Amino acid sequence: MKSLEDLEKKINSELTTKINNTEIKHNQIYIETDKEDIIDVAVFLKTNEDTKFRQLIDITVVDYPEQNQRFEVVYLFLSHEFNQRLIVKYSIAENEVIPSLTSIFPSANWMEREVFDMYGVSFKDHPDLRRILTDYGFEGHPLRKDFPLTGHSEVRYSEDQKKVISEPVKLEQNYRNFDYESPWEGTKYIKEEIENNDKKN
Amino acid sequence: MTKKIKNLNLNFGPQHPAAHGVLRLILELDGEVVEKADPHIGLLHRGTEKLIENKTYMQAVPYFDRLDYVAPMNQEHAFALAVEKVLKIDVPIRAQYIRVIFCEIGRILSHILNVTTQALDVGALTPSLWGFEERETLMTFYERASGSRLHANYFRAGGVHQDLPKGLEEDIAKFCETFPKIINDLESLLTDNRIFKQRNVDIGVVTKEDALDYSFSGVMIRGSGVPWDLRKSQPYDCYESLDFKIPVGKNGDCYDRYLCRIEEMKESVSIIKQCLAKMEKGPIKSLDGKISPPPKAEIKQSMEALIHHFKLFTEGYRVPKDEIYTAVEAPKGEFGVYLISDGSSKPYKCKIRAPGFSHLQSMDYLIKGHMLADVPAVLGSLDIVFGEVDR
Repeated sequence: MKSLEDLEKKINSELTTKINNTEIKHNQIYIETDKEDIIDVAVFLKTNEDTKFRQLIDITVVDYPEQNQRFEVVYLFLSHEFNQRLIVKYSIAENEVIPSLTSIFPSANWMEREVFDMYGVSFKDHPDLRRILTDYGFEGHPLRKDFPLTGHSEVRYSEDQKKVISEPVKLEQNYRNFDYESPWEGTKYIKEEIENNDKKN
Repeated sequence: MTKKIKNLNLNFGPQHPAAHGVLRLILELDGEVVEKADPHIGLLHRGTEKLIENKTYMQAVPYFDRLDYVAPMNQEHAFALAVEKVLKIDVPIRAQYIRVIFCEIGRILSHILNVTTQALDVGALTPSLWGFEERETLMTFYERASGSRLHANYFRAGGVHQDLPKGLEEDIAKFCETFPKIINDLESLLTDNRIFKQRNVDIGVVTKEDALDYSFSGVMIRGSGVPWDLRKSQPYDCYESLDFKIPVGKNGDCYDRYLCRIEEMKESVSIIKQCLAKMEKGPIKSLDGKISPPPKAEIKQSMEALIHHFKLFTEGYRVPKDEIYTAVEAPKGEFGVYLISDGSSKPYKCKIRAPGFSHLQSMDYLIKGHMLADVPAVLGSLDIVFGEVDR
């Protein structure tokens, strides 16, 4: 497909029920689908003569803790032939197991391991789902929004025990997250006056 | 009488000079033939993405230097471009040229390191001694522009931090005259060298199909004959107005990838020359006071400048709610940033797509059936830097 608009039409007409929403921005196509359909969508994108998204660039997850469907899974595709980029997304709840793309794209192997490690999302039919980036024996999923920036444990060499030990984080000073975001609204009585005026009007 | 022979498991690294960093490779050997390779990574994991979520957009830039630390500014470039696209700001033309010059310097830095250390891994010492001298010169250019040899923190959304100091352009131009001779010297040591060829030709062959399936990019995909370079296919900054060629390999083996890197260095020199010729005086960052900090002198005179300065260095600039993936052609391949902004002055999420991650993943596929001695050669030609693989 030459233009993104044509591609959008093509995808919508071929995958009618499997696509929830499409959008073009920043010269890329964003597609929303469902967990059940991701395999079909990926196979279609990879094999169809008019799409040829032969390369899976990355897989990641975005965490929205306040939402019911907490995680948004994101797949980035690239088509060399047509020089186009495409992003596929779907939302899942916290303990859902999602299908693995390793049988279609071998490169999904480590990307899915990273997602598992960082967010704790499990993949069905993954050949080797182990942690990848964190330490051996690590607990928790660091990129979740409720995981503290300082982590839970720290590692040091113990002179007494003559080995590396892991113990809970001890901080001389708590981590301070400065909030500069609120623009100045004046002192308290001015604020109340403004609010009262707003109510009157 | 038959005897059962058990395969040998060998730990390669994490402290091994040919592992190019902290890679722990668990090799299953049948005699001297590698049956299986299982890379254990993450020994240099610093949680860059988590840290970026807790910093303002300007404070996030230094983290990108620390990913692929042999070509720091190329990474900053991807992040700067992502933020610029979301903010919808234009970059002054002089800033674009400066950024391209330093990206190409980064490419030369990275390729020299890779080519010469790969030669070192297969037994040639001299190239690294010659190459590192040139790297030192290039890092001095980094230092003169940004203040530090490695962790530059120089690119900003909307341009660069400050203008080039006096005389730097002339010195870079002088370097461009002398450097091609050094490349030729390196080539005279390696390209037709019998030992170098024996160790690299037909080793770690990647077919076109597999290069696509394993998400290869950069030299790894070009070495296999796919003419794909983001500087040409999805040009950013001023690459569109520059004239350069994309070297492509034929056989997809370690030797072809070496040749691609050598040719790319020559092209980079030509790009730098073109930029220097076209560059004119002018602003080097966006003139929007809400995004670029004001010059120091102005802070003493203008109230508005003072307020801007204060707001930029406490709260930082706010970026509207959006979602974007931007990629640049880093020396190692496609380096991408998937950025989600939520309207505040900190990124909601910043996923970093490192080329080395997908390349290292294919180690098992590349090395299966090769001899143990080929492991460093293949690893060298993958061009792995653990800063970006582990993030």
